[in-house]
Amino acid sequence: MIGLEHYLTVSAVLFVIGIFGLFLNRKNVIIILMSIELMLLAVNINLVAFSAYLGDLTGQVFTLFVLTVAAAEAAIGLAILVCFFRTRGTIDVEDVSNMKG
Amino acid sequence: MGIADFTFYVFALVVIAAGFFTVVSRNPVHSVLWLILAFLTSAGLFVLMGAEFVAMLLIIVYVGAVAVLFLFVVMMLDVDFAELKAEMARYVPLAGLIGLVLLMQLGLAYGTWVTGEGVELLDAPQGTPEGAAHNTAALGALIYDRYWLLFQMAGLILLVAMVGAILLTLRHRTDIKRQDVLAQLYRDPKKAMELKDVKSGQGL
Repeated sequence: MIGLEHYLTVSAVLFVIGIFGLFLNRKNVIIILMSIELMLLAVNINLVAFSAYLGDLTGQVFTLFVLTVAAAEAAIGLAILVCFFRTRGTIDVEDVSNMKG
Repeated sequence: MGIADFTFYVFALVVIAAGFFTVVSRNPVHSVLWLILAFLTSAGLFVLMGAEFVAMLLIIVYVGAVAVLFLFVVMMLDVDFAELKAEMARYVPLAGLIGLVLLMQLGLAYGTWVTGEGVELLDAPQGTPEGAAHNTAALGALIYDRYWLLFQMAGLILLVAMVGAILLTLRHRTDIKRQDVLAQLYRDPKKAMELKDVKSGQGL
């Protein structure tokens, strides 16, 4: 029988993989953004699991809002990335400090 | 083990493996494809929990929009990814240590966690409450009734994100030829062309 803790375990492992990827790919902004998406996905699994096992739909509504913010964040992040690549010719995070005025 | 349990374990293993390969993949295009697999399988997990609307939304928004956006950026930018990956092996011990510590912390937190008084966990996941027609209808009633303001603000966030993304990436290049509509409209045929009567056997 699959209980709430099974889903929580999956989401915890996925969240930790996201953080692992954040530290592993310290130079590549695209993979860092993907790791953030993975972490948000873990949060979504948590919200939906609690919503389903408590019989309360509110968790699913909040999943919807997390999804919206994640989509907006990805769009803006990739736009900044394209901008940065045009001026610098690289996407190395360590060069980003050159952007300060 | 029933078929539902088996399906859960398959989806759970696939989503974790896909997430892992997303972050360790050498080729970023492969990373995006693994990310798409992770989204698809977690949509499967949502369906198992009875949250059909969110599952379909995940496929449409993440796979249809976000992942394709990532794919576009990865393929359009001419980035030397080999150079960026060169130092990856150096960070493996640190990243593994931090991941392990976090996993243990989460395990400790979940290990001592109990439900509050008067809160009862259901035995089986129930994405749609009793009495509701189906998941989408129940969610719609909730969003347009209790959370309408948040819903409108989510739309505003998307609008701001769209305007911002267009503003950041739009640029007017000066070194290319561009159509000038006004100049075309105000062209005068009398100044632009001239008729010549060419005699036969002679050039101009």
